[in-house]
Amino acid sequence: MRLMATEQSRLLPWSGDRAAAGWGLGDGQAIPWEYAPAPESRDVVTIRSRYGLFIDGREVQASDGGVFSTVNPATEEIIAEVAKATPADVDRAIRAARRAQKTRWGSLPGRERAKYLFRIARLLQERSREFAVLETMDSGKPIKESRDVDVPLAAAHFWYYAGWADKLEYAFPGRVARPLGVAAQVIPWNFPLLMLSWKIAPALAAGNTVVLKPASTTPLSALLFAEVCRQADLPAGVVNIIPGPSDIGMHLVSHPGVDKVAFTGSTAVGKLIQRAVAGTDKGLTLELGGKAANIVFEDAALDQAVEGIVNGIYFNQGEVCCAGSRLLVQESIAETITEKLKDRLGTIRVGDPLDKNTDVGAINSRAQLEKITELVAAGVAEGADMYQPACDLPDRGYFFRPTLFTNVAQSHRIAKEEIFGPVLSVLTFRTPDEAVEKANNTPYGLSAGVWTEKGSRILWMARKMRAGVVWANTFNRFDPTSPFGGYKESGFGREGGMHGLHAYVRLEDR
Amino acid sequence: MATRKPAVKSLTVAKSPATASDADRIEVRKTYKLYIGGAFARTESGRSYLVSGADGSPLANANRASRKDLRDAVRAARKGFSGWADRTAMNRGQVLYRVAELMEGRRDQFAEEVRQAEGVSVARAREITLRAIDRWVWYAGWADKIAQVLGASNPVAADYFNFTIPEATGVVGIVASETSSLLGLVSRLAPPLVTGNAVVVLASETRPLPAITLTEVLGTSDVPAGVVNVLTGRKRELVPVLAAHVDIDALDVWGVPDELRTDTELAAADSVKRIARRPRGVTDARFDWLDDRASERPEWIAAYLEMKTVWHPIGV
Repeated sequence: MRLMATEQSRLLPWSGDRAAAGWGLGDGQAIPWEYAPAPESRDVVTIRSRYGLFIDGREVQASDGGVFSTVNPATEEIIAEVAKATPADVDRAIRAARRAQKTRWGSLPGRERAKYLFRIARLLQERSREFAVLETMDSGKPIKESRDVDVPLAAAHFWYYAGWADKLEYAFPGRVARPLGVAAQVIPWNFPLLMLSWKIAPALAAGNTVVLKPASTTPLSALLFAEVCRQADLPAGVVNIIPGPSDIGMHLVSHPGVDKVAFTGSTAVGKLIQRAVAGTDKGLTLELGGKAANIVFEDAALDQAVEGIVNGIYFNQGEVCCAGSRLLVQESIAETITEKLKDRLGTIRVGDPLDKNTDVGAINSRAQLEKITELVAAGVAEGADMYQPACDLPDRGYFFRPTLFTNVAQSHRIAKEEIFGPVLSVLTFRTPDEAVEKANNTPYGLSAGVWTEKGSRILWMARKMRAGVVWANTFNRFDPTSPFGGYKESGFGREGGMHGLHAYVRLEDR
Repeated sequence: MATRKPAVKSLTVAKSPATASDADRIEVRKTYKLYIGGAFARTESGRSYLVSGADGSPLANANRASRKDLRDAVRAARKGFSGWADRTAMNRGQVLYRVAELMEGRRDQFAEEVRQAEGVSVARAREITLRAIDRWVWYAGWADKIAQVLGASNPVAADYFNFTIPEATGVVGIVASETSSLLGLVSRLAPPLVTGNAVVVLASETRPLPAITLTEVLGTSDVPAGVVNVLTGRKRELVPVLAAHVDIDALDVWGVPDELRTDTELAAADSVKRIARRPRGVTDARFDWLDDRASERPEWIAAYLEMKTVWHPIGV
């Protein structure tokens, strides 16, 4: 990577005779030992060479027979060919969903719907390792995260909403909650299975049927989920999955046959989708981009804060809408925090996502890698100081070093734009008021982090943040019971918790 | 003003019954102005339009607000928002209740204006007015309860304290009902207001006068300056500006003319505005605002709320 040349020239290559005590002192040296490879077995999951669409309970080919390839971003090898949905397939899927909603799912008693969802949750748990390995291969995320975060949370989401299916009257006191009908759902590539569960579980619990389009770079876990639906004997047409490019997503959300649209992805595409439903009666929820501030006060527990900062921005390669990409540090501790961060970066293991020791895996696609590279170059060009640890990157695949920028101004692109990569910008502040002002100085408003040992300040900061999720002395925590979603241009509507049901019901008088 | 529109000379404003002693007295007529940042301002454009009663008789000139007036109103609303949202919930409830108190004292005036604007009977106009007053009271009571109904403590599967609280969205643009000049307006104005939003209202174009009289109540009832701003004028001219303004966070499209609705929502999408629509199948003209069940809805409050979820670890 051309960009690294200047930085690397400053860095000494590790040689075996260096004293162990000499590493990790903020000078960017590599760790003086290597971890033995600890690869997760790929054999737990059977990956077919070809996958179809999942429509009306059956696997079918695209109407024109078209396919596209999905690539392992860590190796650049093609994993499988996947049927590429056409507008005709979208029609077919929506018809199937409508039929299923009218004839079976919509009238099925809540307690019976619940049991299907419980079944799905159990199947996801039972087949968790298959999902984790497949997810890691298709998306590039570390197996540690797919195994410990994505898959268990996905199962937990189905479990949580299963229990709501027959208790909707308690979620909306004084009202009767009716399903909206057919939900069109478009999800991103950063948490493929988890986003699927966020979308499908509440929709089904409330009596809707769904047509879901996974991202074109990560369709496989959704197609394995289709298998789970069959295993659960879910009635045909209740869940339909149609992989394809973004124009198929637009076709889906614009289709007059859908009653509700749910989208997670970039703010730019979110605006297009909001435009697509303008003037209709469709319900809409958008979970869009972010540029979260992670604010560290001088009285914070600094070592815990450093762990939180690292988790906040390098979790899932930083490909997280709520990533803590803007670090706001109180001036008095800025130097200390920066040094501690540089030390910590030296211990982050970047590489094979299937290796159980890997902290930062592969960037999801070449296009995303190019976007990150471009923005990092802009950071350098605009005068911020870049730091990257001297870690080896695999020869193949889309990898990017954990990156830290200091001397960043609010006007820099790296401080304003969502990078969606492992890139942290460090800014400073003096007073709580200044921290609030800087944190809120963005069109986004998805999440924020606050680190301080003072309770009243936590609550004051939490109140002042114009963001949908505030993590205090922690970061990037998720739970099915916990509503998630943004303020301002980070979207509207909430997913998770009782609030997540609201987007999938129409309230009528008793 | 009078030089521009000769029709003004023939206006008959809500008259009190004449008595023998006022027979020779020349009535003092009211100028209907805009309400921006707590001040009763004339439009900077110097334009007005003639407002007629339901029977066709001319009532008064209303300001024909410009896009500049609208931008000023949004700026005033943004300024008013933070202070209003930071009030305690109980305080906001009392302020809304105060609006009801002051309307009660002027109910005959409101009833007469509604009668003229909407062409309804005296009894009906009175019923509408009293219901508008009661609606303020109903929504006022929600101020310190909505967080308990819509908020939550969430039992996450780890050692964290996790809670969700509703907060006001920010600045709300309201395109008011075209037909229900007072009750329709109050029913859509109180819900965003009670939780701390600031609003910019485009009043009914054809029946704007009760809205302006309402601002005189708002101006004297402890609603802080800038929290409610009311414009009169041409919807065709102002709705697109309101919809496209990036400093408006949410838009009530209830009173948007059908032919403008799609374009309005297209413009609103460019800044990801929350959009509050009429319930499916409901028309503005046919909606029964006197139906309490239909017009008193916590969902209408929730439409202008953001849910904020806060996490904190539990440990020693």
